[in-house]
Amino acid sequence: MSVPFVLFYIFAALAVVSALAMILNVRNTVASVMSLVVTMVSLAGIYVLLAAYLVAAIQIMVYGGAIVVLFLFVVMLLNLRSDEFLPARQRWMKFAGALLGVFLLVEGLRLLGGFHEPPPLPEGFGGYRLLGLSLYTDYLLIVEVISLLLTAAIVGALILAKREID
Amino acid sequence: MVPVDHVIGLSALLFVIGLVGVMTRRNLIVMLMSIELMLNAVNLAFVGFNRLWPQGPVGAGEASLDGQVFVLTVIAVAAAEVAVGLGIVISMFRNRDSVNIDDVSLLRW
Repeated sequence: MSVPFVLFYIFAALAVVSALAMILNVRNTVASVMSLVVTMVSLAGIYVLLAAYLVAAIQIMVYGGAIVVLFLFVVMLLNLRSDEFLPARQRWMKFAGALLGVFLLVEGLRLLGGFHEPPPLPEGFGGYRLLGLSLYTDYLLIVEVISLLLTAAIVGALILAKREID
Repeated sequence: MVPVDHVIGLSALLFVIGLVGVMTRRNLIVMLMSIELMLNAVNLAFVGFNRLWPQGPVGAGEASLDGQVFVLTVIAVAAAEVAVGLGIVISMFRNRDSVNIDDVSLLRW
């Protein structure tokens, strides 16, 4: 039992508990958003344990910083009533639930059989240098497409949130 | 040493929690947050598999960060999705005075 081993299970338990708290909290949407922050930060901790250092930093900055704050902003902007779970009206919901249960059961049984040792890390794995080299040489097209997508999203969000389109 | 197989199991669990959130909640903001949770579960699987094969599929001896590049892509797409989705939430609240999806069932068959 090494330290990363124990830390992983602590972060995993935190992530699962706060994710459950997010979807089960029907009274207070702000508390639900706060649970999402805990999930994001514990996932960033798991990324550090998996040697994805730059991704962990970006996870905290983008998810914990930008996206969740945006959610919080909208929740506080709108005056929300509490809602409750409605009984499932469609019959196929039961089959979907059973399918999900079988999926998780198979996954859990698969995990009971022990785990693979991850191989030793190559030099510079997960750092900004290799990731940047990969992004700006092999995956340059993806970066360009993402810049287009973000521009389109900005324009779309502006038009959607505008009161009147002239 | 981190148990990578359990990382994949955690990813499946988080994905299912997000899916249940989308299916059962009626609050559009919580549904969007559950979608974010599902995207995060996929990111976790990408990072875990990249840790399990840090030299790519061929194993040429050099570090290969393809999985983490995809994670960055997913994060950027998620940011765009949140911007547009919250714009839709705001305009829906302005028109219907509610964020309950049962109030916007006009396009339902």
